[in-house]
Amino acid sequence: MTDTLQRTTVEIGYGGSERLTMNMGPQHPSAHGVFRAILTLEGETVVAIDAVIGYLHRCHEKLAESLTYVQYPTIASKTDYVAAMTAELAYVAAVELVGKIDVPKRAQYLRVICAELQRIASHCLWLGTWCMDMGGALGGGATIFLYAIREREAVLDLFESLTGARLLYGFHQVGGTRYDLPAGWGQRCRETLDVIDRRLDEYEAMLEDNAFFLVRTQGVGVVSRELAESVGVAGPLLRGSGVDYDLRRAAPYSSYEDFDVRVPVQQAGDCYARYRVRMAEFRESIRLVRQALDGLPEGPISSRPGVKSVGQVRIPKGEGYSRIEGARGELGCYLVADGGAKPYRLKWRGASFSNLAVLPHIIPGHKVADVVAIMGSVDPVFGEVDR
Amino acid sequence: MSAIAYHALVAFIVLNVVVGMVTYVTLLERKFAARMQSRIGPYYVGPRGLLQPIADALKLMLKEDVVPTAADRLVYNLAPIVFLVPCILIFASLPFAPGLGVADLNIGVLFFLAVSSLEIIGLFMGGWGSNNKYALLSAMRAVNQIISYDLPFVFAAFVPVVLAGSLQMSTIVDAQRGLWFVAYPIIGQLAFLAFVVATLAAENRVPFDILEAESELVAGFRVEYSGMKFALIQLGEYAHMIGTSFLGALLFLGGWLGPGSDAPMVGALWFLLKAMLIFLLVTWVRWSFVRIRVDQILAISWKLLLPLTVGLLLVTAAWVAARGGHAG
Repeated sequence: MTDTLQRTTVEIGYGGSERLTMNMGPQHPSAHGVFRAILTLEGETVVAIDAVIGYLHRCHEKLAESLTYVQYPTIASKTDYVAAMTAELAYVAAVELVGKIDVPKRAQYLRVICAELQRIASHCLWLGTWCMDMGGALGGGATIFLYAIREREAVLDLFESLTGARLLYGFHQVGGTRYDLPAGWGQRCRETLDVIDRRLDEYEAMLEDNAFFLVRTQGVGVVSRELAESVGVAGPLLRGSGVDYDLRRAAPYSSYEDFDVRVPVQQAGDCYARYRVRMAEFRESIRLVRQALDGLPEGPISSRPGVKSVGQVRIPKGEGYSRIEGARGELGCYLVADGGAKPYRLKWRGASFSNLAVLPHIIPGHKVADVVAIMGSVDPVFGEVDR
Repeated sequence: MSAIAYHALVAFIVLNVVVGMVTYVTLLERKFAARMQSRIGPYYVGPRGLLQPIADALKLMLKEDVVPTAADRLVYNLAPIVFLVPCILIFASLPFAPGLGVADLNIGVLFFLAVSSLEIIGLFMGGWGSNNKYALLSAMRAVNQIISYDLPFVFAAFVPVVLAGSLQMSTIVDAQRGLWFVAYPIIGQLAFLAFVVATLAAENRVPFDILEAESELVAGFRVEYSGMKFALIQLGEYAHMIGTSFLGALLFLGGWLGPGSDAPMVGALWFLLKAMLIFLLVTWVRWSFVRIRVDQILAISWKLLLPLTVGLLLVTAAWVAARGGHAG
């Protein structure tokens, strides 16, 4: 299949040597799931990359057509299993948009809290795996990985006490949220955030004071502003290339207009810039959760009566596209409703997928070791790419 | 006849001590790394995990020995042994205390350096014989790296040699009775630093472990090895690492010198302690750095370490000549 595709090859003036084709993935320590990159090498230098995706395809969009609006949010969380909260949110937001369903203010704030906590958890995993890509499972990368996972676990503990689940939550439902905060949750949440806030300083000290980390990331995998805009990358990748664009501010949803959203932007476009953007986003998310906890209004958590049957929610005929800012960028959901209890058609637009498209543009010319560093800095989740 | 028997006995004891030490150093490293990473580390097998290395060795022996169909069987099967032998052989020239050791050669340091760089042959054989692209790339990287780092390694190790005026290890230690070589202002510290960096590279540890590089090359040259062959490679790596730590302790930290070191076993204990200090220093670096790229590694060696160590050697030689004699 891939032979028919155009290969992106750059000539780098290195002649006389045989080319080596090497598979990286789908079974590979840094495949970030099941990514398959067919690399063409001249010595250590990559001259071409063919990206093959689809190993994790689970018919998510077809599945959405056969599950009702009540059932699907729990399944939607499996598209991007690293940031399940935001995936659910994208789906229910689309349903609410098409069905013109109001969401109570308290539910909107709860959604913001969960989305931002999820961003923290997702970035924790990104930081850990990315450093492991560069630092090795038997080296400093593993150390950062375990530290970051410790923080992610703390956030997952919060989710567990909120929803009873640690990975796939089923927290959102059409018209609001399924659960309200348990007693004392806000206090626990603040304490966890304080710990994470403090430890972020430690990670930055450990990484940025390390010359080896800097030479591995600075100037590597540069995505220029023009390239970022023409390929259509999103999220931290876009903001790392100097584009000041964040849906939470550009097109606020779920009461984000109530919050003081600051968007970190870096100009360089290299791996280090993306790292800086995400580290700043950690802190911004922490700040937003604190703001939301401070201003959390009283009231109902859902505009609809409690769920009694799976076919209870019916959406009138219509279609609409809702988009939210997920941990990896713009997460869109296009929904066509035909008046029944199930969508007629659903289309996911995952940022992981569109971000991957930038790889063939930036990888050729780099060394093999940079491939994993660049891939890690793009932060794809293959559940979201293949769906 | 009795002399041969005596030496054979000593060699046998040293070999077994080394192998035992290697097994337990893995536990030390795992515990140390676990503490760094806020984990506990092995604790289940035996009291406080003390039997874990034995369990690991047993497990590796019981594993199926898989040989890839397309491998060059002779080279593939021979490689672990060719790799292991020089790694163990370096202990032949190491005296652990005055008169305690296999052979205190008059060219001990030279022997050590020469033999320890032989491991690259086994390594390349493994990478080549596996007939695997990851392994091949890793073997090529290994050759690059070891050729680049042997030079600064040798030059750094020769600073104490010049200071002591001898290649014999016991003489080098005796020359440090007044002051350990690491305490010599500037020369000593810089040489020790260069030695530790070159050691990291020669031992293929993070940040210089580009030949293992499991995030891009899976496991590098040993990706196709399993069971006991894998264990032999692992044994060789750790033996090499400990041997180099001993060499560092001997060249820079005064070997077996220390309070009460005139009694032979106390001296050996001091030596072991210092070697473990160097080992833990290397481990500390390993578990806190990220790996650097192959071109950057070569650049560090050729552009920074090599000029530095050559310059140091020249300065040291000039200083010794100006002083009109060697230390000690």
